Amino acid sequence: MIEICDLAKRFGARPALEGVSFRVGGGEIYAYLGPNGAGKTTTIRILTGLTRRDAGSVRLNGHDIEREPLQCKAQFGLVPQHTNLDAELTVEENLVIHGRLHHMAPADIRRRTDELLDYLEMGDRLRTVVKGLSGGLKRRLLIARALLHGPKILFLDEPSVGLDPAIRRSLWGFIKRIKNDGTTIFLTTHYIEEAEFLAERVAFLDHGRIVAEETPANLMAAIGDWAVDYLDESRLQTAYFRSRTEAGDYVLKRASGCTVRRVNLEDAFLSMTGRKIA
Amino acid sequence: MIRGWTAVYLRELFILRRRLTKLVPSWSVSPLLYLIAFGCAVGKHMDVGGHSYLEFLLPGLVAMSSMTQAFAIASEINIARFYWHIFDEFQAAPISHLAYVMGEVAAGMTRALLAGLVILILGACFGVVLSYTPLFWLAFLLNSLIFASLAVGCAMHVKSHADQALVTNFVITPMAFLGGTFFPLARLPLWGQKILGLLPLTHASHAIRAAAFAEPPSPPDYLVLAGVGTACFLFAFLSVDRAKS
Repeated sequence: MIEICDLAKRFGARPALEGVSFRVGGGEIYAYLGPNGAGKTTTIRILTGLTRRDAGSVRLNGHDIEREPLQCKAQFGLVPQHTNLDAELTVEENLVIHGRLHHMAPADIRRRTDELLDYLEMGDRLRTVVKGLSGGLKRRLLIARALLHGPKILFLDEPSVGLDPAIRRSLWGFIKRIKNDGTTIFLTTHYIEEAEFLAERVAFLDHGRIVAEETPANLMAAIGDWAVDYLDESRLQTAYFRSRTEAGDYVLKRASGCTVRRVNLEDAFLSMTGRKIA
Repeated sequence: MIRGWTAVYLRELFILRRRLTKLVPSWSVSPLLYLIAFGCAVGKHMDVGGHSYLEFLLPGLVAMSSMTQAFAIASEINIARFYWHIFDEFQAAPISHLAYVMGEVAAGMTRALLAGLVILILGACFGVVLSYTPLFWLAFLLNSLIFASLAVGCAMHVKSHADQALVTNFVITPMAFLGGTFFPLARLPLWGQKILGLLPLTHASHAIRAAAFAEPPSPPDYLVLAGVGTACFLFAFLSVDRAKS
């Protein structure tokens, strides 16, 4: 369980987070959605003890990150936005170091390494030097590393950034499987479809504040089910409707250049903040 | 409290093992040049306190190398911190700051020890074999403790790799030449001796040289090295939190 209350952080004069509060239940997938610079990575860095907060409290499975940092850090695995693997070392060496950092016995490290690499279909890469891996394999290795010690909470900071669509889809399937094992997953992303596919609840973050927090279905239902995109004086505009019939009638009223589609989380974000996520 | 320090140390050993074939030649170049230029050429007929200049020089080079190679761990930490972001992996792990500092300092001391052994082998090739007693190694380890700790502390404070180079240029390099490595401080004016006596490397050179020549040890040298080493280790420990954003 993740409990955040009134979190605040400034970088110089610029506020990065202001009054951020939320609670993620055990075994839940919670997505933190916002454009670049909204404060997503700052939140994850504070939750994982990498960045100091200015105000507020952070509790992971009942442990306070300031007062009980080591107990907190034993609870989670972290997949950072940018690869932080030891490029000069092998896959195995990277995992051994991580296991030792989490006080695992050598036999347990070996067993979990074999399990996870097989699970991620990279069992044949054990002795490959990391700099020789593709971007997708490095991403998978980051996930294997984060899961090696069997964390109860998994922080995923833009996990599929830079991955091609096929690998992204297989990663989503993998994240679902981890969730089914009872792991709490906190996910930051600016990919709409990623949040829609994975998250049970979504928080919209804009300029360091949470502007909405709901299930994806409820966030989208708040503005309608159907959207019509149209050009108005060379600017793309969108109108939202409860039914496809209403959307169709609207299209007929306008001359041309309309597209009818289902409402998505991007629409919900746009209608609340006036700006796009991606 | 110190649980997990071996993981940090192990990471540095893995890196060291992978680079060893490049590091050993690089550790050999400077000492070899000093031995040839100062030992065999300039100081060939020089006598320093009853020893040949080559014999005088070798313990100084060992002291200098224990300083420079221990301090070189700062570059490794900076690369890990600024380029590979591996420092975040350590910071997100359930290990204390003390465990992190112990791992990095032990890695710096190991580098220094290996580089020191390379110099002793080179010295043997030049026919210089001195007395490598436990006191010789104690002074060596205390000196490398000082500079490995200083390196970890500095690495936590600097904002870029370029800042680290400034510390090396303005602190380490002058100390390498002025810390009793290449010439006996007794030949300087008293005020010069007093100033250079403030440098930890001066005490390391003195203690290592005395042990190598099987002369009676000077306890104040060891006390200064132990005291400065403790202070530098404390500085490193207190600096880790600063590296957080």
